[in-house]
Amino acid sequence: MPDFNDYGIGNIIVYLWKLLGWWIGSLGVPEPWVTVIVTLVAIVSLATMALLIPIFTIWLERKLAARFQDRLGPNRAGPYGLLQSFADVIKLLGKEDITPTGADKIVYNLAPLVGVLSVVTLWAVVPLASTMVGARINVGVLYVIGISGLGTIAIMMGGWSSNNKFALLGAFRTVAQLVAYEVPMIVALMVPVLLAGSMNVADIVERQDSMWYLWMAPIAAALFFITSVAEIGRAPFDLLEAESEIVAGYHIEYTGMKFGMWMLTEFLHAFTIAALTATLFLGGWNGPFAKEFPLLGLVYFFIKTFAVYFVVVWSRSTFPRIRIDHLLSLNWKFFTPLALGALVVTSLVMMVMNEFAASASVMARTVTLFAANVALLWFVFELIRRSARQARAEAEGGHDEEHASHGGDGHHDEHGHAPASAH
Amino acid sequence: MQADWIFVGLFLLIGIVFPIVPIAAAYVLAPKKPNPAKYETYECGIETVGEAWVQFKVQYYIFALVFVVFDVETVFLFPWAVAHNALPLYMAIQGIIFIFLLAEGLIYVWRKGALEWV
Repeated sequence: MPDFNDYGIGNIIVYLWKLLGWWIGSLGVPEPWVTVIVTLVAIVSLATMALLIPIFTIWLERKLAARFQDRLGPNRAGPYGLLQSFADVIKLLGKEDITPTGADKIVYNLAPLVGVLSVVTLWAVVPLASTMVGARINVGVLYVIGISGLGTIAIMMGGWSSNNKFALLGAFRTVAQLVAYEVPMIVALMVPVLLAGSMNVADIVERQDSMWYLWMAPIAAALFFITSVAEIGRAPFDLLEAESEIVAGYHIEYTGMKFGMWMLTEFLHAFTIAALTATLFLGGWNGPFAKEFPLLGLVYFFIKTFAVYFVVVWSRSTFPRIRIDHLLSLNWKFFTPLALGALVVTSLVMMVMNEFAASASVMARTVTLFAANVALLWFVFELIRRSARQARAEAEGGHDEEHASHGGDGHHDEHGHAPASAH
Repeated sequence: MQADWIFVGLFLLIGIVFPIVPIAAAYVLAPKKPNPAKYETYECGIETVGEAWVQFKVQYYIFALVFVVFDVETVFLFPWAVAHNALPLYMAIQGIIFIFLLAEGLIYVWRKGALEWV
């Protein structure tokens, strides 16, 4: 029987889990099956937690969005409208399930399942506390990327199989957007992997005990966050379900609980990318006394995750939807080169540090990396400024020559090009 | 290590089973009043003309191609990134040269105009 004193109150969840394993073993169940059963219990509780989170975050998001728009938000069902989401779930349970006659039935019904699968299974590698890690697999980061790819497939399945023009447009946009934003996301993910020297998410968190990677790789952190928001198709990148253009996009034909599954996927994905950002760049469960007292680590983890989630909601209610050509130029002509640049800069700094200052403290490394990141950002913005200036000069070139002779006097004619703000 | 992969495998299984539960519950609970008009494709009130399964615009394929090139090549970079701090200097530099080759591909595509949305 596991001794409670070995675990302590801070590690009570692991203790209970071990106790369960011991109890099942004492019933005479053979050893490999004990592992399977105990693992299943852990998985079911983790997946249940993951699937119950959206019930709360949907309420939170509606409340926050309402406050951003100077409204009250849900406030009828229960105290502060807390039971609103439960009411929604009950309502969805009572809605008729419709599969349109023209749809590809198998793919149509499979799509929401794949969607949920692609999000829930991300939680397998997210370390909740120092002792509470689902799977310590050494390809954790690749696993995250692979599973996220499933989400793209799910949206394409849903959009394509519905046989609806709006849904198809949503699927089209998915191809362009989600697929494109995966490139800078992967490259940005390589930076924490390089800094930690491991693809194991639990290891990456443990290496951040003295310094968050946010300070060592600010560009990569920002890129990962922004591209993840694009990857989950949230405002301002919600082109795949833009309400004002293609009604609901890929899930237009879905009703009842299948629609509910799409909603769950979307909201849980938003929370999951917040969790991943907190894990990879904000130190995950790290915090004062988190190592000795794992329950505290769980609290830190959720505080950080909700802080990032707040930024997701905040940007959703702040920025207007971006146009598709702008979206793709932003990705291919800004994010991708910037991500590659951040990787090169991080690698160079680490290389030089390892070669000439191997004994440098974490603080010195952080300051150098931060400075290198800032320098890179300045360089990129200077390049953009130059090319924009050039483009402007070319655009204004022809009919501007008559002004050129007396251009220095500071004011322009009525018919001139003066108001740049006219666009 | 093995236990972790069992965890992942079972998690994938549970990940498929979990969404089936509410859908099945809805299947049992939800009303069923079939009506041919109900099962028609939605399109702002009027009947839809033709099928939606048309060909993708070729522009999407170009983006998908660029993506595949990048995705495959970046996967090669992951082992390099993991081993980076333990690598001898020239190997780390080789990784950077590889990144520049990637960037060169991007510049090529850029110059060819394949990144323009038309």
